[in-house]
Amino acid sequence: MAKTLFDKIWDAHVVSSNEGFPDILYIDTHFIHEVTSPQAFDGLRSRKLPVLRPKQTVATADHNVPTINQHLPIKEELSRYQVDTLTKNCKEFGIELYGLGHPFQGIVHVIGPELGITLPGGTYVCGDSHTSTHGAFGAIAFGIGTSQVEQVMATQCLLQSRPKRMKIEVNGKLQKGVGAKDIILYIISQISAAGGTGYAVEYAGDTFRSLSMEGRMTVCNMSIEMGARCGLIAPDETTIEYVKGREFAPKGEDWDKAVVYWKTLYSDDDAQFDKVLSFKAEDIEPMITYGTNPGMGIGVTQHVPETLSFEQKEQGSYKKALEYMGLHDDEQLLGKPIDYVFIGSCTNSRIEDLRQVAEFVKGKHKADNVTVWVVPGSKQVQEQAIREGLDVILGEAGFPLREPGCSACLAMNEDKIPAGKYCVSTSNRNFEGRQGPNSRTFLASPLTAAASAINGYVTDIREFLIV
Amino acid sequence: MSTKIFKHIQTSVVPLTIENIDTDQIIPARFLKATTREGFGNNLFRDWRFDENDNPKPDFVLNHPVFSGKILVAGKNFGCGSSREHAAWAIADYGFDAVVSSFFADIFKGNALNNGLLPVQVSDEFLKKIFDAVDADPHAVVEIDLVDQFIKIVASGEQETFEVNPYKKACMTNGYDDIDYILSKKELIEEFEVSR
Repeated sequence: MAKTLFDKIWDAHVVSSNEGFPDILYIDTHFIHEVTSPQAFDGLRSRKLPVLRPKQTVATADHNVPTINQHLPIKEELSRYQVDTLTKNCKEFGIELYGLGHPFQGIVHVIGPELGITLPGGTYVCGDSHTSTHGAFGAIAFGIGTSQVEQVMATQCLLQSRPKRMKIEVNGKLQKGVGAKDIILYIISQISAAGGTGYAVEYAGDTFRSLSMEGRMTVCNMSIEMGARCGLIAPDETTIEYVKGREFAPKGEDWDKAVVYWKTLYSDDDAQFDKVLSFKAEDIEPMITYGTNPGMGIGVTQHVPETLSFEQKEQGSYKKALEYMGLHDDEQLLGKPIDYVFIGSCTNSRIEDLRQVAEFVKGKHKADNVTVWVVPGSKQVQEQAIREGLDVILGEAGFPLREPGCSACLAMNEDKIPAGKYCVSTSNRNFEGRQGPNSRTFLASPLTAAASAINGYVTDIREFLIV
Repeated sequence: MSTKIFKHIQTSVVPLTIENIDTDQIIPARFLKATTREGFGNNLFRDWRFDENDNPKPDFVLNHPVFSGKILVAGKNFGCGSSREHAAWAIADYGFDAVVSSFFADIFKGNALNNGLLPVQVSDEFLKKIFDAVDADPHAVVEIDLVDQFIKIVASGEQETFEVNPYKKACMTNGYDDIDYILSKKELIEEFEVSR
């Protein structure tokens, strides 16, 4: 029977399937971090259970960590305690920890792929909704709550009902200045922050095929922002080339065998999807969000929608969002002064993002009214950037390169956007208070963020590309 | 281990008409630094409930003395965003036993069910009926029956059935636990690992 990519992977991981029960799904690797794991470890202790497969569990400290002076003890007491608790728990339960100071430390969704832990055809979970990132390799990967973290620790399995399948196709050639981030912000703006709920989404079409692995990770990362259970892209030569030679990727005969299997991982021609959506790459502008959920996005030259264009029952929520953002109906964001630019997060903090930003800002300087933070996704990304001299280029442009962590994406550490200030951010969420209490976030691509930092206001990157 | 049992409640409700309430609003990230499950209710809807000096904002429904009850009724796409289970913990810790909305985000729904907090998905029309009922009488009582899977506005008798996964229903009405269930199949997990 013809199968979707998702079903091929799911079926290969079902331990037990019983009528009326969710499937018991085997998890290849469980990623954990300091914020959503302590209560799960406590649960194991009170049940007197071990972590069933500690070698298939990988830990890092990312959410709470400072992004300067990481060699010093963490100043903030609760953050330090949470990170220390992770260290103690990993030791007690025999789990490898890539903590602060370790050369592999970084944002959990950056290190899994760069270490070759994330592989095509695998199943990956983490107590973090952006686990969908790993789907870029043609894997099933999704975020779970802490009770489920405990469940996976105890059983290496997860009780899970099979979601519906959706295919989102984008075909055609992207305009200059438009990248992976713009594609996914565009899709979410078209189908809303709830448009993918209940579905596993496969991204297909030649536009996605033409993206690098970094770009594909950016797309899959934000699947959760349309509510999708997960997002995935069939592996191809780009995927195989990326994985090859990485620290924990299969080697020798194992590699050859793995590649043969990976080449079977695609949706069969007549596989049935519950929903299919198609978009044209040419229709996508550089995108920016104006509201308080990621579905509230527009092309950077467009105007904020009018309240009356929404159904009456939605108008209250819409007005609340605009009020929070300090915007009004029909306002154009282009030219709007900004205060901060954040380049980082599991969406856009990989080496390709930093290269792109450095190439663009070389010989330019940020505007005086803007503070810029560039936060690499991992220690390895940071080291690579330094080897390539990107830190110098960025530094000269007023874009200091910091140390790895989640940082201002969710402001659990000191990197907070002050109340009322505007930040053009390459992260994934523009929720109220996400970057600090009463902060105001415009989500955009690394190029749009960099161009806006140079000008000091929301900018159409294409202005710089017409030479 | 057993989880909290839920079968039936009948109580007044707290209405929150806003749509797309994300888990960052339910419990902001800066309050996720605790390493235990307790106490999150104090910071439920923190930035909507309190100003920057920690004074209650009188306009917010949880600060309004007239509204109380064990059911939170909210606009569609409730619980979107972050997978933090702390959101479900905060709602339950505050004292709610059920959340009613016309649409729930997946991860939140799962987290709620794992904590004995029942997510009840109703039609857009029924959600509006509840909001209207509370508008007319802030003390309006709503009944939720998990065993027979219905929700009722008691005064008018208007009711609707709701869906719930039969396995999760059995867990909630009996206090069963996922880990106990999976571990009862441990030999299948080991067989699966050997067979790969």
